Amino acid sequence: MIETQSVYKKFGDNEVLKDITAQFRPGKNNLIIGTSGSGKTTLLKCIVGLHEPTSGDVLYDNQNFTDMHFKERVHIRKEIGMLFQNSALFDSMNVEQNIMFPLNLFTDMSHSEKLDRANFCLERVNLAGKNKLFPSELSGGMKKRVGIARAISMQPKYLFVDEPNSGLDPLTSILIDHLIAEITQEYNTTTVVVTHDMNSVMGIGDHIIFLYDGKKWWEGTNKEIAHTHNKELNDFVFASSFMKAAREKL
Amino acid sequence: MFHVLGRYILLMRLSFRKPEKFSVYWAEVMREMVSQGVGSLGIIAIISVFIGAVATVQVAFQLSSPLVPQSIAGSIARDSTILEFSPTISALVLAGRIGSSIASQIGTMRVTEQIDALEIMGVNTPGYLISPKILSGLSMIPLLTIISVVLGLSGGYLACVLSRDIAPADFVVGLRDSFKPIIVTVCAVKSIAFGFIITSVCSYFGFYTSGGALEVGQSATKGVVFSCIWILFADLIITSTIL
Repeated sequence: MIETQSVYKKFGDNEVLKDITAQFRPGKNNLIIGTSGSGKTTLLKCIVGLHEPTSGDVLYDNQNFTDMHFKERVHIRKEIGMLFQNSALFDSMNVEQNIMFPLNLFTDMSHSEKLDRANFCLERVNLAGKNKLFPSELSGGMKKRVGIARAISMQPKYLFVDEPNSGLDPLTSILIDHLIAEITQEYNTTTVVVTHDMNSVMGIGDHIIFLYDGKKWWEGTNKEIAHTHNKELNDFVFASSFMKAAREKL
Repeated sequence: MFHVLGRYILLMRLSFRKPEKFSVYWAEVMREMVSQGVGSLGIIAIISVFIGAVATVQVAFQLSSPLVPQSIAGSIARDSTILEFSPTISALVLAGRIGSSIASQIGTMRVTEQIDALEIMGVNTPGYLISPKILSGLSMIPLLTIISVVLGLSGGYLACVLSRDIAPADFVVGLRDSFKPIIVTVCAVKSIAFGFIITSVCSYFGFYTSGGALEVGQSATKGVVFSCIWILFADLIITSTIL
């Protein structure tokens, strides 16, 4: 389980996160939602250590990640898989090399074992046989799937996903969402997804945290979100006329 | 100024931490050596031959007196090529070729979150990205300088053959006459120092890029400009210290 305890983050005078206390549970799709600029990605970056919180703590299975120095963090980072908004695949490496990269650095597996693992991960994301393609030869959806394959190559305990649906068509978005949900179940990972895509929220949101103006404004499940009376959350979730109509039918 | 210097020193310290896996880093060093060394061979060969030839023709023109032996042109061309033209001009050209490539490569990795991805995996990113480039620069730039010296002197000989301002035999006599080994030491020290400056300064500007494509270009420009300034400054320091 991952916990944040009273996390604050300031950039200069701009306080982006204010007193965020939350728990992200294993085997669940924990979604962080909110409008643009609400602090979702900053919170994610504080959790994974790309940003240091101004104050407050981040705990991974009761180990205080914020207080650790680089070498101590490496042990936890080996258990982290992350899919970035733009996939962040290494341009100079092909698909297979991208997936094998963490295995090369942190395992003593033989080349054939690493290759088997890479092929398994590629099959898992329905990209078998695409080993030799370079990132520039992949579509947006394929890049996301390779990103997921790389993220799961080390069998992570914690999976972080930043805006998995950005730039994707609705069908591909749903496929990516399902893939994330399946992997969460399979590996029992603590999955944290930052999104503002309502399909994702309603589809895979086991546990949802809504951020508003840098604060944790609401917390619940995708079943509860449709019936909430929180004004700011309703404004966000039911912003479109389609969603308003859908709510009236519920 | 002190903030930048402090950040640069800290980055260099992080770059030379113990690697996670030596074999992976070694493969990167080899890749960089090919990219920096073989990739720069063409441009170094062209500028060296021409600079050597031009230097010889100009020296011959300035010393065209019956009182001065023609072989002196060979000695002057040799000393100026080994001491200044090959290490410094090559370094300035390599700052443009290698330095801009390093800064833009690392800068692009920064703005496309590839460096974040490495950090999340637990990789020491300065070590993985910067140390192979510096190690490659420390070995390849001196090698390129040696090639530049040989080609520069060959260019001088070629100029003698083609222009007939100096007899080629006199040029060769001048090359061998009153040779002081200290100039080779100066050349070696300069090329190693310049190799470090080009790779480390450009890596620094690439690593701390923030923003997008525009900022990547700006980082590459800054990297090349600051490398050139530091090369010229180091050139003066090394020359005045050793000679």
